Amino acid sequence: MAKKLFNEPSPLEVKVLSRRFGLDNSESLDTYLASDGMKAFWKAREMAPEQIVEEVKASALRGRGGAGFPTGMKWSFVPRNSPKPKYIVVNADESEPGTCKDRLLMEYDPHQLLEGMMIAGMAIDSHKGYIYIRGEYRYIIEHMDRAIAEAYSKGWLGKNIQGTGFDFDVYTHSGAGAYECGEETALLDSLEGKRGIPRLKPPFPAVAGAWASPTLLCNVETFSAVPAIIRDGGAAFAALGTPKNGGTRLLCLSGHVNKPGVYELPLGFNLMRVIEEVGGGMRGGKKLKAVIPGGSSCPVLKADECDIPGDYDSLAKAKSMLGSGGMVVMDEDTCMVRAAVRIMKFYAHESCGWCIPCREGTSWLKKILVRFHAGQGQRSDIDLIGDLSKSMLGRTFCALGDAAAMPTISIVEKFREEFEQHLGGACPYGKVHDLALTSH
Amino acid sequence: MSEVTLTIDGKTVKAAPGTLLIEAAKQAGIEIPQFCYYEGLTLQAACRMCLVEIEKAPKLMVGCTTPVAEGMVVHTDSPTVAAARKGTLEFLLANHPLDCPVCDKGGECELQDMVFRYGAGESRFTDIKHHVDEKQWSPVVFYDGPRCILCYRCVRICNEGMGVGALGIVNRGVLAEIAPNKGDHLECDECGACIDICPVGALTSGTYRYQTRPWEMEHVGTICTHCSNGCKTTLGVRNDHIMRGNNRDRSGINNEFLCIKGRYAFDFVHHEERLQTPLRRIGDKFEEVSWAQALEIVAGKFSEVKSRGGQFGVIASNHTSNEETFYLKKFAREGLGTANIDHHRTGDIATLLDSLSGKVNVLSTVQDLYKARAVLVIGSDLAQQHPLLSYQVRANFRHHSAHVYVVTPGPVREDKYAVKSVRVSEGGELAGVEGLRDLLAAETELTILYGDAIKGEAVRRLVTFADSLGIAVKYVPLVDYSNSRGAYDMGAIPGDGGMSYDEILAAPALDVLWVVGANPLKNRSLASKPFIVVQDLFLSETAKRADVVFPAASAYEKNGTVTNVTGEVQRLRAAAKVMGTKSDLEIMGLLGKEMGLALGIWKHDKIFAEIRGTVRGYNVPLPVITTGGAAQTAAVNGRVPPTAFPDSIRSARDTLFTSGSLTRYSKMLQSVRESPGAVYEG
Repeated sequence: MAKKLFNEPSPLEVKVLSRRFGLDNSESLDTYLASDGMKAFWKAREMAPEQIVEEVKASALRGRGGAGFPTGMKWSFVPRNSPKPKYIVVNADESEPGTCKDRLLMEYDPHQLLEGMMIAGMAIDSHKGYIYIRGEYRYIIEHMDRAIAEAYSKGWLGKNIQGTGFDFDVYTHSGAGAYECGEETALLDSLEGKRGIPRLKPPFPAVAGAWASPTLLCNVETFSAVPAIIRDGGAAFAALGTPKNGGTRLLCLSGHVNKPGVYELPLGFNLMRVIEEVGGGMRGGKKLKAVIPGGSSCPVLKADECDIPGDYDSLAKAKSMLGSGGMVVMDEDTCMVRAAVRIMKFYAHESCGWCIPCREGTSWLKKILVRFHAGQGQRSDIDLIGDLSKSMLGRTFCALGDAAAMPTISIVEKFREEFEQHLGGACPYGKVHDLALTSH
Repeated sequence: MSEVTLTIDGKTVKAAPGTLLIEAAKQAGIEIPQFCYYEGLTLQAACRMCLVEIEKAPKLMVGCTTPVAEGMVVHTDSPTVAAARKGTLEFLLANHPLDCPVCDKGGECELQDMVFRYGAGESRFTDIKHHVDEKQWSPVVFYDGPRCILCYRCVRICNEGMGVGALGIVNRGVLAEIAPNKGDHLECDECGACIDICPVGALTSGTYRYQTRPWEMEHVGTICTHCSNGCKTTLGVRNDHIMRGNNRDRSGINNEFLCIKGRYAFDFVHHEERLQTPLRRIGDKFEEVSWAQALEIVAGKFSEVKSRGGQFGVIASNHTSNEETFYLKKFAREGLGTANIDHHRTGDIATLLDSLSGKVNVLSTVQDLYKARAVLVIGSDLAQQHPLLSYQVRANFRHHSAHVYVVTPGPVREDKYAVKSVRVSEGGELAGVEGLRDLLAAETELTILYGDAIKGEAVRRLVTFADSLGIAVKYVPLVDYSNSRGAYDMGAIPGDGGMSYDEILAAPALDVLWVVGANPLKNRSLASKPFIVVQDLFLSETAKRADVVFPAASAYEKNGTVTNVTGEVQRLRAAAKVMGTKSDLEIMGLLGKEMGLALGIWKHDKIFAEIRGTVRGYNVPLPVITTGGAAQTAAVNGRVPPTAFPDSIRSARDTLFTSGSLTRYSKMLQSVRESPGAVYEG
């Protein structure tokens, strides 16, 4: 039976990773095998590991977790000949506000992810994979466990897979509710049973990751793209996007649009077109005020900055990021100070506390922003908010501090007048009551 | 390996490849401020205080984890760096309570110093600080969360340095704090290393808190009087009263290491039961008498017994200084004409030195234990009985991957990282060692530490075994007390025909028993009924049976030298004064004078000069000793007394929380729940 879809698909979508979304029993192995599933597995069996890595390089696939690092290059860093065991780790700790694509990939097409993991395993001579799933995705963990059990029962995981002599085991591992564990080294510490705090780098996980062994750690979407790349060729995948920004990506469109949802669009798809054509325009015909292009860590774009191609390099040029694909659209009624409060509350709650600037910076910025939004701000607070954010930016142990600082700095710089409007003693948008001062 | 050349603040600096920038800068005399970076502990990069500008790097880099690179150009004094430091300090002070006027750390606080130097003294924050109440984790350790800057030094020193791992981190973000292993309290060594290493006043000590300010004290570096390891402890003294012990200046053989005894168990000095006036027995009661009276009584008795050829028995101390023991031996042999002098021997030094005759470079120092490629521990729970040696071996393993072998009756802390641990029943130690032959023979060098299970012939067999390995071997004969080694070296051992410790106690017709700083009758009886003279700090079991008791000064109240377990001579410096007491040296000097003996001047430095001139191996360099250093006595070739009396060698089996009588008078030691010394469940 066809599972109810997250949202209606858009005709503008280019369905590569999401091609099975909406099929009957799309999560079953049979459906998967009946729709080109595991073709890439057989093809990869015929390829040398270096060829697999080359194919991924040719696809111009970039990490879909947020950083956008070229995936093929990451794969090539793993010392294939290390005498240690090597691990495949899937980052399914999808916690970035605004991002909700990995859950769909696991829910609708779990075997695509497993196939991608196995191909990665062949590429780096790994026979063990872990899927680290955020604890809040309890049902996804169970769902994934069922898919894994099915794969084992039908000889698509375990020893001597389909008689090829290739062994591969997969385990799921539950996160415990920390955004920080989406940072790859904190994830590895958590996977090892330790407190989830980021590690010093170098060494990078490719060299010394899980249990100090070479580890290939990528996002769900990244691994899920691998079967298509191997099956249809890296070049074909690359051609879907723009130069150096290969393929498609699942864009999580939310906020004040008529048709929010997860849409698979080619890299480089214009952001204004996403809002107008894919998202069906602004809700209630309101005017666009701002867009968070790729999850709450990204600097916000003003309405007039949004007419750009949605790829890593174009966003970087606009001094923002494509991030993890969580595009949040805000209309003219949005209080940007409140948006800043909301974002900072998240980061203050999620800061792991390891390093001083992030621990103190996020908590104090939250306090100041909450007070400011409630009408208790002073003019000097506006600069203080910007200053403190800059005291975090680039100075924290991991990127969480930057993630908290960047949107805040951009909001203060681009919407300073809204802060000044709050000096009158109340939020001009009349939105105060739902932001309690006390919560952490 | 060739050196790397880089530029720091315009200065050309050379450093070995792999050197961390923060260390390279320090070598060049440039300070990169830090909180979490701590030499010898794992890297954290958590405090972000050491951010520096490196040309061509996209952002500020952390000096504590960035290794030097050829041609690197570093700026530590640029406006960007200054702003970053100030920014970090501003964050640190945001929740910090700024209760410096009442904080123990005020005046020696690293955060305070940093703010004075790098700014952010004025706050821009008006919101309410995050507060949690102070917690008491043990009688020794208190934790004030708001003051904590979360540098994790305490967590690391406990886990890595002490091998205990009693501290961890709980909660996250601004709620993150340090937590003890038992949820609401600590069960650990109670060593207090976490307190001393804390850069701020987050961890404070139960003995020191709210007692004084650091600048009100004099700081006297002397040697801990509890066990044989000879740790330097710097006593903070105000008005002749010891306020605290630590070794923050990292001087001495122990660097900053101290155990609970070294750090806190100085309080026996000021115990209310300290003897402060001489006592003489009248029937079954004691009467306080003047020094002149007491000296007259004892001198009279000694002279009388001597003149009629009566029998003396002299028990020397494991705690008195070398000078005092030397003087006592001289007093006994020359002044009283007796060879019946001994002390409670806790390890067989004599047979070892005899077995090693003719060999050089065979005695390990404390420092050597940090560098030895392989270490074999026989019959001793180092962490309990020799905490500094245990610390050194552990540090050696952490930093140099030393191979550690253990042969003990029970589980020991070294098991955690030992190549091999062998459990033997008592007496089976040598067989256990024999079983390690192949492993040990494959080592390039070995240091052997052995406890009192190996004595007499067993020592010779051990040395024969070690010789047969065909590798360089060094030894540490483990002994218990602060000057056990000195007592042996100074000759507080029976002379020709003299009686041993056990024989003195068992002698049927002893006329005088003179006990200096020892408690032989604690759990043993005396066969005869001699006239007993005791010099002690307290009315010990032995003193209670004395005819005359002299109130003696403790090691913390006198000058002199002591020799530690590895034969390293170090200087004692008088820190405290307790009214009415005299040092054992002065007591003996006055006694000799009263008897009309010509034993020479009783000044410690003069006697030390005599020791250097006459005691074999003690011609140690004077400048090293006088400046507070440690000098190992040279190996002695032979000349072991006719019998080493191995049968009377027995360790007191002290633990971390005991060291004979002294620690019974340390209230702090008695108050910790791990006391009196059962191994706590870690």
